[in-house]
Amino acid sequence: MAVCIAVIAKENYPLYIRSVPIQNELKFHYTVHTSLDVVEEKISAVGKAMADQRELYLGLLYPTEDYKVYGYVTNSKVKFVIVVDSSNTSLRDNEIRSMFRKLHNSFTDVMCNPFYNPGDTIQSKAFDSMVSAMMVQVS
Amino acid sequence: MMEPQEEKPIIYTMENKPIVTCAGDQTLFTSLYTHLAQQLPREPMEWRRSYGRAPKMIHLEANFVQFKEELLPKEGNKTLLTFPFLHIYWTDCCDTEVYKASVRDDMMRWQGNLRLHGSADWVIVVVETSDAKKKNKTNILPRSSLVDKIRNDFCNKQNDRCVVLSDPLKDSSRSQESWSAFLLKLRTLLLMSFTQNLGRFEDDMRTLREKRNQPGWSFCDYFMVQEELAFVFEMLQQFEDALVQYDELDALFTQYVLNFGAGDGANWLGSFCSPVKSWTGLLLRQPIDMEKRDGIQRGQASLLELRSYLFCRQCTLLIFLQRPWEVTQRALELLQNCVQELCLLEVSMLEGALDCWVFLSCLEVLHRIEGCCDQAQLEANVSHTVGLWAYATDKLKSLGYMCGLVSEKGPLSLELNRTVDLLAGLGDEKPETVHSLQSPYKKLKEALSSVEAFERHYLELSHAAVEMYRAIGRMRSALLVGKSLAEFYMRKGDPEQAEGFLQDALRSYVSEGWSIPVTHTRKQMAECQKLLGRTENYLQTSALLAGDANLTNEERIHFCQEILTFANQSTDSKAQKVALSMSLFAQLTQLQFRPATATVHSGAALQVELCLRSLMPVAVPLEQLSVSVHLNLEQGGTNGKTRGPQRRPYPGTVLFPLDNSSGMPPSAAGPSLELEEIQDRSPSDPRTLNSAGIVCKNTHLVMRRHDSSPSPDTPNLLSPVPVVVDDGAQILMSGDVTLLPGNNSIVFSVPSQEPGTYTLRQLCATVGQVQFVLPHISPLVQYEVYSQEPQLTVEPLTDQLLAGLPQRAKVRLQTGHYTVKKGDALQLTNMDTMAILSTSSCPATILNSTAERVGESVLSVQSSEKVTSISLPPTPPYHTLEFQLEVLCVIPSGPDRPGNQRLTNGEIRHRPRSYSHPDNHMTAINQRISIDCPWSIYSTTISLTFYIPFKAKHSLLSAGDKKYIQVCLQNVSDMNFHLMDQRLTEKHQESSLELQSLNTKAQQLVCSQQSVYCLWDVRWKEDMALCLQCVFSASFSAASEEVSAFKPYHYEFQLERVTPLNLMKLGRCTA
Repeated sequence: MAVCIAVIAKENYPLYIRSVPIQNELKFHYTVHTSLDVVEEKISAVGKAMADQRELYLGLLYPTEDYKVYGYVTNSKVKFVIVVDSSNTSLRDNEIRSMFRKLHNSFTDVMCNPFYNPGDTIQSKAFDSMVSAMMVQVS
Repeated sequence: MMEPQEEKPIIYTMENKPIVTCAGDQTLFTSLYTHLAQQLPREPMEWRRSYGRAPKMIHLEANFVQFKEELLPKEGNKTLLTFPFLHIYWTDCCDTEVYKASVRDDMMRWQGNLRLHGSADWVIVVVETSDAKKKNKTNILPRSSLVDKIRNDFCNKQNDRCVVLSDPLKDSSRSQESWSAFLLKLRTLLLMSFTQNLGRFEDDMRTLREKRNQPGWSFCDYFMVQEELAFVFEMLQQFEDALVQYDELDALFTQYVLNFGAGDGANWLGSFCSPVKSWTGLLLRQPIDMEKRDGIQRGQASLLELRSYLFCRQCTLLIFLQRPWEVTQRALELLQNCVQELCLLEVSMLEGALDCWVFLSCLEVLHRIEGCCDQAQLEANVSHTVGLWAYATDKLKSLGYMCGLVSEKGPLSLELNRTVDLLAGLGDEKPETVHSLQSPYKKLKEALSSVEAFERHYLELSHAAVEMYRAIGRMRSALLVGKSLAEFYMRKGDPEQAEGFLQDALRSYVSEGWSIPVTHTRKQMAECQKLLGRTENYLQTSALLAGDANLTNEERIHFCQEILTFANQSTDSKAQKVALSMSLFAQLTQLQFRPATATVHSGAALQVELCLRSLMPVAVPLEQLSVSVHLNLEQGGTNGKTRGPQRRPYPGTVLFPLDNSSGMPPSAAGPSLELEEIQDRSPSDPRTLNSAGIVCKNTHLVMRRHDSSPSPDTPNLLSPVPVVVDDGAQILMSGDVTLLPGNNSIVFSVPSQEPGTYTLRQLCATVGQVQFVLPHISPLVQYEVYSQEPQLTVEPLTDQLLAGLPQRAKVRLQTGHYTVKKGDALQLTNMDTMAILSTSSCPATILNSTAERVGESVLSVQSSEKVTSISLPPTPPYHTLEFQLEVLCVIPSGPDRPGNQRLTNGEIRHRPRSYSHPDNHMTAINQRISIDCPWSIYSTTISLTFYIPFKAKHSLLSAGDKKYIQVCLQNVSDMNFHLMDQRLTEKHQESSLELQSLNTKAQQLVCSQQSVYCLWDVRWKEDMALCLQCVFSASFSAASEEVSAFKPYHYEFQLERVTPLNLMKLGRCTA
């Protein structure tokens, strides 16, 4: 479904980023990095007062000719970015939301692992296979 | 006044109003028209809608036209715009005769026509003037009667279809009332007509839409129908509703395209799949693009044309609704969507044509928005327009690359042909923009015309996009555009311009820890720096790339080779070497001292093992690897005071935290904690610990806010910082080292001649012309070289020395910096009370500084009465010489006596101080030995403490006339003794007493903490003296010793006032 899934730390460095196909990796890195601009814009637009009941799902960050980039931010300011192929029109907003929810749950599991050092890149196999499951259906 | 009627009404202007026909008395209507047209829209009416749509307040206007039969819609006509919504019949007839003669027939005809066309929206207006009444007095009927008649004739139960307007041209309250009632009626009827006719139209439209899956259904036909509805809403100023119509059409079309993509094709879509021949872009300067509309009507529009037309209409309506920012947002979506749709429908198109279309469209939208907003509004909404700017920039760039406009040589003929083809598809400029200097059409045409023009336009757009992104704080987007600019400059062979953009981008990626973009940008940077001849920077970048795990091995080897090639240029050896940061090249992971204490005496060997992890992909031969060492004399141990070598422990192994260059950025990770254990000891007793804890030594770094100033490490990775090569004191060198990829171990011998604290400061690896310098080794790596004065100690070999028995003491000589030469001897001067039991020779052991036994020797001992001379074997410095001495301390026989003895060397004899041992109440005696050493003119005085193993008590016992002396001897030591030969004598041999022993003669065992009582029968030979001075003596030997060498023990005591009276009274008791 997704062509690229990224988890970005509060400080904006990537904790996890995976994309298919592998040849476009660089392009996706640039795309995800640039999308942080919009994430930040959306977060600050919500304002501090609303921070408590803020919607985590940020929606479509921006469309490009080839991809649609969606964002999600946890309460601890960890960002999730999902990039979907523009030609993949079967994906609805709800499905994107549920992908983010899955991602968030799995990320929470990673954080709960006492051997995981918060701030390190994510190397959890469980997380990886969950991400694979979200991406594999493209091909 | 009547609107001039043409054959075809002009409908496609925004001045359209719903049509209302007027029949009957035209002159009458003409006289009322102005007032009517003015008053009708003055007050809003509530329009209740069907299908649960929210009611709206609406200002009604109308276009009053003369009634003609042709105006009535024919059967099956779907036009709404020309649809007459209301028919009015005007009459001011008040004469029944006239009415019957002509007016009625006219009305009949009019009504017949209407009925024929199924139009039920009509009203008859009877204008009543008081003048008219006066004129024709004869046939006057009451006004109401004529109206009644008309109602009777025409309004079949619809009495409201006939309205009376009284004195319309007079300014009276009656007239006003009449007008407002009339207007209200008119509005109500108009709305009724709208509701009814639009409702019917919508129903028809829906029916048509439901047939969309039937063969022969045409989207274009349907489009025209629904657009009609949109037009009407627009005419009624209901832009929102009009927009909804277009949005529905948009969605319907989109769905069809998607279904087509999913394999469910509709026939009518075929016309949209035909190859695109024209890519003129959006045209938003007219509210309606008739040319394209005609195309759609004829079913010949291409996908781009349909989309363009649809968007043009949506744009017009959105601008009416004052939502210009929605236009830009929708435009971006539209353009991107069109690209996808063309791809989905597999529409064939000249390569680059779509880029032209998108480029033109972006600029057109921006132009349109600029036209309807002021500068302040535009600036406040850059975030809505910047996307289009960037998109246009992007498209122009790809056009430029495609047409060979971005190269140093200019376009090839193939590329020129492509340009011509692309320009052909643009057609001629539309008349609307011919006179505008900056039209998108002109811009594109010019940009594609020459390399220079392209560059100008491209740079203009790019810089505009960068500026806008910066203005709204989208720094990352700005950087990406900047990077794309850099690529452009590189292609143009202008690396100077590119450098800045690349630097900005690289800095951002590094600081945010995006390793793959970092690697990519760095590669571009390397290329740029190489072209610019920035040797140092290039080498730095190459080093970084050579160690970059994101690159393939071949790439890494390439960059490593670049460094080595430069390094081996031996052209001018005088040239300044290029100093680069070590961190690019290798990481110092560990430093290990041997010995691990990192503390040696001066001159001792100390080695340090460096563990360097080379980041290079291949083995790198180093000319030399050097460590600069700084000596701090301040703490040197040469100032006479002997200091313990282990005063402050230095870590023998220093581990250096590894920065995981591929992981998080240095700024985010923060410095690692430097922790140290602290112990707070009581000042009075160093054995007591008050508190212990752990402190962080670098809180100022750890606690620093992360978001403040960029980490100092960051620029380090971008451009070379001046690495100051410390040409300070001592340098350790190791030549011809080859660093293999991965961990390497290099051992240095560090200098240790001068005492002091040495700090390893810098590490420098030299590869030909290149030096890799680690300017600061952190955490601090230090070792200490100490110098020590010779030290002599004498310690008991056992827990405690016992007086009266030969005891062994260990003499330890730490040579320190002194070398014991052959012939050196120790002169021991002892007191009378403590003898050194000399043997002619005694074995000695020599230990080195790490307490390893290195030699043994036999000392020759010569002793005279008071002086013992021990000749020492030659011993190197910082060694320890150990041997044992046997000493014997005489037990003093009684209470202390004042003495005036001097040591044989003239030193005043200190009285042996007696005190009790704290644990077992043994009496202690301090004895001193004065030792003259060859290295000093001063004598060393050593104090030894002996303990007296016994305690004696005496008592005089009486029994009748007999008297006894009892001596109790207590063994207070921990040893067992044999005791024999107890005797009691008078001190001065006066023989005034006869003492008869009542004790056993045999040897007795006195165990630890036990007592022996001895008893003597006392008889006086003479008169009883008042004072008796006696000496108790006994021989003892340690029970553990096999050969008992008995030593004497004396106890002197004095019995005073031994009165017979007392004796008489005492009872007899036995021992």
